[in-house]
Amino acid sequence: MESWANVIMKKAFKHGSQNTIDQLKTIGRELSMGTQGNWLSSKEYLDLVKAIGEAKSKAEEERIVMAEIEHLKKRIMEPDVPRKKMKEYIIRLVYVEMLGHDASFGYIYAVKMTHDDNLLCKRSGYLATTLFLNEDHDLIILIVNTIQKDLKSDNYLVVCAALTAVCKLINEETIPAVLPQVVDLLGHPKEQVRKKAVMALHRFQQRSPSSMSHLLTKFRQILCDKDPSVMSAALCALFDLVSADVKGFKNLTASFVSILKQVAEHRLPKAYDYHRTPAPFIQIKLLKILALLGAGDKHASENMYSVLVDVIKKNEPGKGDPGSNITNAILYECICTITAIMANSKLLGLAAEITSRFLKSDSHNYKYMGIDALGRVIEINPDFAEEHQLSVIDCLEDQDDTLKRKTLDLLYKMTKSSNVEVIVDRMISYMRTLSDAHNKTEIATRIIELTERFAPSNQWFIQTMNQVFELAGDLVPVKVAHDLMRLLSKGAGEDDEEADSLLRSSAVESYLQLLAEPKLPSILLQVACWVLGEYGTADGTHNADDIIGKLCDVAEAHPGDNVVKGYAITAITKICSFEIGAGREVQLIPECRSFVDDLLASHSTDLQQRAYELQVFLGLGADLVRKVLPVNGSGEEIEFDRELPFLQEFVDSALANGARPYLDENERLGVDSGMSSFVSSSRSHHEPSHGLRFEAYETPTLAVSSGSAAVPSSLLPDFEESVTEPTRSVRNQTDSSQVDLLGPEVARLRLDGVQRKWGRTSGSSQPSPAPTPVSEQQRRGSGVSEGASSNNESSPAAEPRHDTYSSSFEGKKVQRVIPAEKQRLAASLFGGSSVQKGSSGGVNGGVKASNAAGNVRPSEKGVPSRPVAGSGKEKNWSAAEPKQASSSLMDLVDMSGDDLLPVHDSKASYDPFKGLEGLLGVPSTAASSTPAGLGKSTMDFMSLYDSAPVVSQSASSLAGDSDVLPLGHRRSGGMDGANGVEGGLMDLNMLPSVSPLAGLGELAQSSSSSSPSTGVSDKKGPSRQHSLQKDAASRQVGVTPTGANPALFQDLFG
Amino acid sequence: MILAALIMNTQGKPRITKFYDHVSVERQQEILRVVYSVLSSRSGNLCSFVEADDIFGPDTKLVYKHFATLYFVFVIDSAESELGILDLIQVFVETLDRCFKNVCELDIVYNFGKVHTILDEIVMGGQVVETSSAEVMKAVQDIWKLERVGELNPANIRGIGHYKNSRS
Repeated sequence: MESWANVIMKKAFKHGSQNTIDQLKTIGRELSMGTQGNWLSSKEYLDLVKAIGEAKSKAEEERIVMAEIEHLKKRIMEPDVPRKKMKEYIIRLVYVEMLGHDASFGYIYAVKMTHDDNLLCKRSGYLATTLFLNEDHDLIILIVNTIQKDLKSDNYLVVCAALTAVCKLINEETIPAVLPQVVDLLGHPKEQVRKKAVMALHRFQQRSPSSMSHLLTKFRQILCDKDPSVMSAALCALFDLVSADVKGFKNLTASFVSILKQVAEHRLPKAYDYHRTPAPFIQIKLLKILALLGAGDKHASENMYSVLVDVIKKNEPGKGDPGSNITNAILYECICTITAIMANSKLLGLAAEITSRFLKSDSHNYKYMGIDALGRVIEINPDFAEEHQLSVIDCLEDQDDTLKRKTLDLLYKMTKSSNVEVIVDRMISYMRTLSDAHNKTEIATRIIELTERFAPSNQWFIQTMNQVFELAGDLVPVKVAHDLMRLLSKGAGEDDEEADSLLRSSAVESYLQLLAEPKLPSILLQVACWVLGEYGTADGTHNADDIIGKLCDVAEAHPGDNVVKGYAITAITKICSFEIGAGREVQLIPECRSFVDDLLASHSTDLQQRAYELQVFLGLGADLVRKVLPVNGSGEEIEFDRELPFLQEFVDSALANGARPYLDENERLGVDSGMSSFVSSSRSHHEPSHGLRFEAYETPTLAVSSGSAAVPSSLLPDFEESVTEPTRSVRNQTDSSQVDLLGPEVARLRLDGVQRKWGRTSGSSQPSPAPTPVSEQQRRGSGVSEGASSNNESSPAAEPRHDTYSSSFEGKKVQRVIPAEKQRLAASLFGGSSVQKGSSGGVNGGVKASNAAGNVRPSEKGVPSRPVAGSGKEKNWSAAEPKQASSSLMDLVDMSGDDLLPVHDSKASYDPFKGLEGLLGVPSTAASSTPAGLGKSTMDFMSLYDSAPVVSQSASSLAGDSDVLPLGHRRSGGMDGANGVEGGLMDLNMLPSVSPLAGLGELAQSSSSSSPSTGVSDKKGPSRQHSLQKDAASRQVGVTPTGANPALFQDLFG
Repeated sequence: MILAALIMNTQGKPRITKFYDHVSVERQQEILRVVYSVLSSRSGNLCSFVEADDIFGPDTKLVYKHFATLYFVFVIDSAESELGILDLIQVFVETLDRCFKNVCELDIVYNFGKVHTILDEIVMGGQVVETSSAEVMKAVQDIWKLERVGELNPANIRGIGHYKNSRS
């Protein structure tokens, strides 16, 4: 037939019509195909494929396929479809589904076809079902029986077909149905069947290790199969098994080594050669397994030395020969194995040699492998990187995105304080070229991590962060912004006020500039607003109205972003209060006025409250305002004692009065099972209580139960309320906001008592098994603690390896003629410290541009010109600084957790407020939510009932993440309780009839429940609980009482 | 493990798709789109690996080879060797070439089932079972021979000429 087609073609050629020739060629091809296999020669199918291929548009293709589906639906359901026809329909269905259209109506026919006795049909049926169905599909059950039958077939091809299907179609439940038969097949005379049976068993093992546990020894036995191909199939399974349980397979090490040796020595039949390399795929698998077995095991590693050398020798290409792809694959695998096990220096030398060859190769594939190998090698021998700096830079500047990313990965691993600026700079410029969120997030995370770990100066830190915010925007976790604010408020951690204020002014300047840009991500705006509010007027270069104007512009430009608005109004409040505090008259500029008016009527209770507060501040005297919002209050430390010793007296007297002593939760649960019902109910404290909570005084006896972060909802706030004096009302507000600023994750981590690291450890992402000094140091280097408020002896952030790099670049310079630009980059990346001279030291030292060669682009900020020999202090500096910044704030957070509860719980069996009142000698402002106070004012009810959702909200805000607005964040511990104003102010608004002072006093209790919402819900009747919760959720917990400020009590008790 | 084997042409039309873990039809299409957009944006002589953690999860890579109008793409995780898979693609293509004598896109479209048979002989359940193109050829020829026998030999048909479908 082919010849016939050729004749036509020749004829056509004579006629000279190119078009006809093309057409005929196609026809010829189709016809010849028809003779070759009688598979899919149907004209209809060919037409379909052709029509789709020629479709001009997606829509046309869609139309053709839809028509085909309709056609198939009709045909396939006809009563007597010839078998051959049916097979073709099914293949067409598969084709249609591959194009992305639903063919589920035909699945059942595919399943039916597997029952066919004809091998062709059966195989088509199996093929279609494996492509159509997943192992949990309903139709699978119909196929299990067929598979069982086929596995027993005496035709080995049928058995193979069934085994292939088994891999895809069998799930955990159906494994037992076929398992015995598959195991039996391990003894099948045909090696093809045995091989596939092993694969099927491996698949079962992946799906459901439990149902395979009794068969693990089988895999070991198969390793001894006389046919190498079956043995190699077993290697796949063993690789998975070994990686799950290294110890259990240690005793096979010698077997693997000897197999590898035999394979490498060409003992297998020639048929296993691939491009004259003996069974390369088996070698690769074996090397992978050996890497697992030798990791961290000196003895096992030693057994491998000689075979590894052999394998490398056998595969090493001659001089100048790049080697075939497959030998290089083996060599690369050798490097992986050598770097994973505890290798000797000879092997490491070989690994380094191969790596060099890869890096110098022209092929991008080998370069890629080379970069990857380099990353592995330098984990063991960091010096090695330096030799290849130019290759690395070439890869970094390559147009190949994969290579670039891989190289950035490598750089990330070798970042240290001396080259962090160059590397981060590179990463940022790479980030600029990215568009997809996934990669952006990843690289942003890395930049942030490196910046936090190695930042040479605060200024650089801030600038880098701003760039990250700008580029990655909302992909950056909120916590990072909080860290940045914290850094600014805390300064450098050294008592260098001048440097701090310089830093702040420069931050203000940079944000003022940034705000001029049209489109900024929300998170950056938040930081900018906070900084302007906090420090905008601090150095006197900007006047308040200008800053306020800017802030109003920001809020106006982002009408939908309540968080930004919240930051803006808070910032305005701060600026106004500084002005008032400084004794200046404040007259809101008109646009600010209208902004505030807007917020006063805002749907968001949080914004509303902030606006009201601003209004109140404007009416207050300078002294009071100064105390409420002191200048630069956010940086002050708040000290506390977790033990709360000042309450001891109270606890003692409570115990003397018959209170039950505190038991922790476990004990309680053990002691009193009857309590458990309550425990469970109190656990679900998020569930609002119904209506007003008259039973406030019943709960304390029971509240003992909840020792977790779930603060017994009514207890805590009430307790505080009674404690507070009129003018010293609760300052939770400040504290909570400060807590929030910290970011909830931090809070939670601290509560767990876990020492948190700054980011994840990088260099040791694949922990080097050998505890060589280097990896040790490396690990320590990366382990700069983040939340380590308590851990003061944490290690220096500066990579200790740093020194090993120094003064090694000089020698390299003369090698070749290398572009100066590259040289400089190399220097700053690999040996930057060695070429720098002079040291400026000090906090801002890093900012000064050094004229050293380590500078990539002289126009940019200089490389930190820190002395090479870096005194411990200097190296320490970057680590110590963020830590210190965090410390006091961290600790504050601790208070909100369980630690306070014991105290509460201990006096739980009687009225806590009475006791406290007595203790304090403060006249009980009957409003303290006692039942007696009920009649007094609705406000108090509200506070009582309100406290439940608010507290729960605060708990959740600590747990979950929230972009909380740090209202009154400036407030800090050292000051007295004037802060209560903040809480009470709202109430002033709510109850204008009460005289200010009295109002403050009385309403101090309700301060914890942000009053506006109280007022609102007050009017709404029975559903207010619900609405209030919604409110609470919607305003992201701006003012949540955590009720956990010990300083408050300290003040009270002197 | 090999997560998927894909053949698509340079216009992004899928020719063979095989996912070794189940992937819904919609997701398959999305994957094909993304993979195609990645591959088509890469010029020649770049490296044959693309990190695919945004498509298939962490530690996954696309290993691909470009032949004439076709991309052969294998999606692998870290348990496979990149360069090894590159040679596996070579084996696959060599085998196709032996089967179809100068294989071209058309062969693969029209002989869709055969190509699947070949692929099944090379990769099974996401693991490489056979890497010798001669062995694969032998196995595939056996299958086809037997299939044709079944086709021609009435004894094997045993009177099951037709499906009896009852309309539901």
